[in-house]
Amino acid sequence: MSDTPTTTKLLPKDEAAEKGLVNVQIDGNWIQVPRGTRMIEACKIAEKEVPHYCYHPKLTSPGNCRMCLVQMGMPPRPAPGADPVFGDDGYQEIGWMPRPVIACANTVAENMGIKTSGDLVEKTREGVMEFLLINHPLDCPICDQAGECSLQEFSVEHGRGQSRFVEDKIKKPKNVDIGPRINLDDERCIMCSRCIRFMDEVADDAVLGFSERGTHTTVTCHPDRRLDSNYGMNTIDLCPVGALTSKDFRFQMRVWFLKETKSIDVNCGTGCNTTVWTRGNQVYRVTPRRNDDVNSEWMPDSHRLAFHEVQGENRLTDPMIKVDGKHEITDWNTAINSAADALKEFESSEVAIIASARQTNEELFLTQGLADTIGTENVATVERTGEPDGKLISADRNPNTNGAKLLLGDSTAKLATIKDGLNDGSIKALIVLNEDLFEEANFSHDDLAGAELIISSHIIANKTAHASDIVLPGASFAEKRGSMVNVTGRLQRLNQAIQPSGNSKEDWEIIRDLILAINGESNDMYMIEDVVKMIAENVTEFNGLTFSKIGDQGTQLIETGVEIPLLTKERERAAAGIIVG
Amino acid sequence: MNTLENNVASPTTPGEQHFPPFVASDDIVALADERITHYPESKLSAVLPLIHIVQHKHGFVSKEAITWIAEKLEIEPMKVVSVVTFYPGFRQSAPGKFHYRVCRTLSCAMAGSYELMDQICEITNIDRSQLSHHHPIVVSPCGNYSVEFAECLASCGTAPVCLVNDDFHENIKPENAQDLINKYQP
Repeated sequence: MSDTPTTTKLLPKDEAAEKGLVNVQIDGNWIQVPRGTRMIEACKIAEKEVPHYCYHPKLTSPGNCRMCLVQMGMPPRPAPGADPVFGDDGYQEIGWMPRPVIACANTVAENMGIKTSGDLVEKTREGVMEFLLINHPLDCPICDQAGECSLQEFSVEHGRGQSRFVEDKIKKPKNVDIGPRINLDDERCIMCSRCIRFMDEVADDAVLGFSERGTHTTVTCHPDRRLDSNYGMNTIDLCPVGALTSKDFRFQMRVWFLKETKSIDVNCGTGCNTTVWTRGNQVYRVTPRRNDDVNSEWMPDSHRLAFHEVQGENRLTDPMIKVDGKHEITDWNTAINSAADALKEFESSEVAIIASARQTNEELFLTQGLADTIGTENVATVERTGEPDGKLISADRNPNTNGAKLLLGDSTAKLATIKDGLNDGSIKALIVLNEDLFEEANFSHDDLAGAELIISSHIIANKTAHASDIVLPGASFAEKRGSMVNVTGRLQRLNQAIQPSGNSKEDWEIIRDLILAINGESNDMYMIEDVVKMIAENVTEFNGLTFSKIGDQGTQLIETGVEIPLLTKERERAAAGIIVG
Repeated sequence: MNTLENNVASPTTPGEQHFPPFVASDDIVALADERITHYPESKLSAVLPLIHIVQHKHGFVSKEAITWIAEKLEIEPMKVVSVVTFYPGFRQSAPGKFHYRVCRTLSCAMAGSYELMDQICEITNIDRSQLSHHHPIVVSPCGNYSVEFAECLASCGTAPVCLVNDDFHENIKPENAQDLINKYQP
């Protein structure tokens, strides 16, 4: 009998191969990552930071910044006829290469070793940083990127502190008006080419390019083709330095003073995930936030800048009651009670509610509650459509059409019924929530001639507010919490970044107060969580959901079968290995 | 003029009298169309030959030429600008009727190409102080001659060497500059 065991233990490489993985040693620790993973992504999995500028997982990897150089090793090739030698731990010995390799454009292999630190790597990074800083102006104190500048950060972490460059620096164009919303400072540019690739690969508007490649390399565009794409401002977020800056945001506020609140865009059905940047009670900018199921990492400029509307001059800040044709400011109790009393003057069927697919689920649920309290079935929402742009902007310009469908039923058709009712005198009182009757719902002053009472809630002093007997000022997207369901059926949440303007109130509270004033019951909903709980109990699709379960990335509530074109393209590119994704 | 216009601008030079402004003549269109057939995979690849064709006919690559090439190849005009500005061999302003490219790489420099350049400039009244990275060509006031330093022209054994338009000249001693000029009379 032989002592040799009949079954040999499986080597780590075979174990990994069965699962489509490979073993990689990163800074001494062995991990398993999927075959074909970029080295830089493997390092990320191992929680080792590899500094980089040009690499971006959503774009191709030209490997031109050289910042992600790491030391790499592979098992030495066995002599002809010899078998590979495996150590006690089952791995082959790693032969380290004397020169560094870029981690962004190389993929891992079985038994590969990566060192993200050590003498070679540190010296390399110092060298690359020194080169990148040769022509970079040292004007961080006046640069708008300071505080969120990768060059500044990596210079501190990986730079050598001093430059040995004594020759003349290259002068490049400064303050270039490269597009209507974007300003370019070529001296700050480190030629990572992220903006060029984004415009080419994602925005499909390849206006940017390098001119005078060599010592004088300059990012620029042809004067007849400016950077005016509706996705152009994403290049500002992509720019690791202060070369591309937003005309809207530059020099307005230092980024370290700003509070970041995770939220979503409310300008179309896609619901791009956003970060709202605020200080005090003011929104300074809105930037896209990564969500691979909604907006990748981008958002359209038109939606990004839409926040200005909510802090404009014409915000409604106080409840008002019309006395002798003139609006007079009043307090909330008076306004709500007057509204309730006025509504009681009408038969249930004479009251109609024009709700909005711009309302949150919580507001819509309470709107249905308000209709039930009044006893009316006249609840309509206003359809709002536009040209889809084949990327992120949906044809549905309402952010919560699916939520409205779930909570109010199919309510868009009832708008015409209400209009007819107004004209034939069967409807005499209107409650308008977050909508403008004239420009959005196409009502004319003649249509409203028969309306004896109009109560409206909005954030802007629009024509409807002017025509209303009672005006109840609501809160903008940045001033309230709530959830919405996007075109794909994904439930996402808004978080409150600032306080409602002036004496205005969160919309769900306005509707709740109105219900209580009408039915005379005592309040049992103190927090928006109470509303969420009621929705979860009463609406099948929302069963078991809470705000915290929605999470920052949202959760798929229903399947609508709608696809977001930009994501479809991105997934194809990722599947083809063009980008990491 | 704004910074972006500079990318495609053609500063006026006395050499313009010798080169008609760019027009997409039948001649040029035929040459370009023929060239494009060489690249069935991607028309983008024809960008270099097309720029050559334009420069050969019109002396330099103007904004109008860049736009025409971009339209012809169905690419962004910026892609053409990138190529034109990368190669020192492509010009964005008119040279003289006779364009002198003097080699300044090591062998020629040691054999006196800088002196040769000085001689050519003196004879043709060219003020070389205007030379810069962005304006590598200087044209004589009469518009007949222009000079430019070139990198290695691949004939180190016969330094100093010089290209005049498409003619190659070897062993040009600085003192023989006048002979070289005499060969090209307008």
